Amino acid sequence: MLRDALTVLSKDLRIERRSKVTTTQIAPFGVMVLVLFAFGLDELVVRGPGESSANTVSAAAVSAGLFWLATLFAALLAVQRSSALEQADGGRDGLRLSGMDPAGIFLGKSAAVFLQLVVLEVLLAIGVVLLFDATLRNPLLLAATAVPATIVLATTGTIYATLTGGQRSRDTLVPLLEFPLVAPILLAASQATRAALDDRTIDGWPWVRLLVVAALAFTALGVLLFDAVLEDL
Amino acid sequence: MAGLENKAEIAPPVAVASEHQQVNAARTGSPGGVLVIDFQRVVVLLGRFPGLAGLDLRVSQGEIVVVRGANGAGKTTLLKAVSGLVTVAEGSAAVLGVDLRRDRRTVRRSVGLLGHQGFLYDDLTVAENIAFAVRAGGGNPERIEPAMARVGLAGRLRDLRVGACSAGQRRRTSLASLIARNPALWLLDEPHAGLDAEARDLLDTLVREAAAGGTTVLVASHDETRAEALATRIVTVGGGHVTNDRPVTHPAVTHQPHPGDHAP
Repeated sequence: MLRDALTVLSKDLRIERRSKVTTTQIAPFGVMVLVLFAFGLDELVVRGPGESSANTVSAAAVSAGLFWLATLFAALLAVQRSSALEQADGGRDGLRLSGMDPAGIFLGKSAAVFLQLVVLEVLLAIGVVLLFDATLRNPLLLAATAVPATIVLATTGTIYATLTGGQRSRDTLVPLLEFPLVAPILLAASQATRAALDDRTIDGWPWVRLLVVAALAFTALGVLLFDAVLEDL
Repeated sequence: MAGLENKAEIAPPVAVASEHQQVNAARTGSPGGVLVIDFQRVVVLLGRFPGLAGLDLRVSQGEIVVVRGANGAGKTTLLKAVSGLVTVAEGSAAVLGVDLRRDRRTVRRSVGLLGHQGFLYDDLTVAENIAFAVRAGGGNPERIEPAMARVGLAGRLRDLRVGACSAGQRRRTSLASLIARNPALWLLDEPHAGLDAEARDLLDTLVREAAAGGTTVLVASHDETRAEALATRIVTVGGGHVTNDRPVTHPAVTHQPHPGDHAP
């Protein structure tokens, strides 16, 4: 299984390095989201009901949400690109005929998406610090948050993109299926990220534990179910 | 969940002198009589439409069987069923001794399908595509370079991105992947399409060489002249079942399977 996963991972990463989709489409998209919001929120004030005074939104709260919003949209692009690779010229049937372990194929494709998103997240973290004046108080907590949350995005995205791969409306179906599933995960990730970014009122580690459990659960689900997902249902 | 490795690990096909086999050997002149494909009353549904409607076909090791028929007759569906890509809904279907109704996945590593689609990635080079196919299929990497040289893809072509290749070069790349993987059963769907005359001759030579080495070949083709010259047997399919099955009286290949070359 691991040998098959490495074979698929190296193939997908080689294709991405050659096609430069991550560097020319996904990463610029994520950074652009941050830049636009940084300008848009520059003058933002939030007035609560009945409040007479203006409260500025905390940089940590805004930037944590934006970080995961940008990552989510980039993840959708990445998984759809990953799936499209296998739609062209019968790649999906080629993978099935290869006799590779479906669990290995799932792990390899998910790992390729995961690594692309990690690269993006490093860029986004730098952008958040620079554009929103956020202080990275706890880098370890941010890393501990990003890894399991990104695993969830990569694994669920790979499952759904493969499941809808033969459908004409797959570009619409993947977000429709993915958003409700990952919404709670991203809420948890935003809270933990907020804690990592200079917000001392929140303990991020309970959220990280939740994310780790979700990452393990979705990875196990993919390993067990990908055979059925890959075959014609 | 490790898959079986090519021919070396696949279970040998049923080699008993069954009644079916005797009939088959007598009908086809097959010397080995080792059944590689044993389809009896096979039904494959494409949605609600029966792509195969009670098809009977038995193919022995080393045979080159050309499948003919009009468009939509069931040729491609037959090849997909044999490769385990589509589900057999009814009947008995065994390939290389594996019951496809119980297990469609085990046999795939021992089957090579050269179809309308080449299973190629445009952003990988010719050599990288072949290497991926061989690694994924558990083949021997040492066969990659000889296979590329055999189909004329050595030299500068090996490092050309497949997306920049002509249709013929793409076809050659898929063919090189097949040769390098060296499966026990070749399934060729309109293999001459997109090839020039020289490449068609080369393909026919490769098929004959493979069959002489014990590989079994099932070819779906509209090219009657080449089919007649290549085949040891011609099967006509219509309406999802076999309408005619005849040996070719002047076979192009003298069967001398080498049991050591192929596990089946």
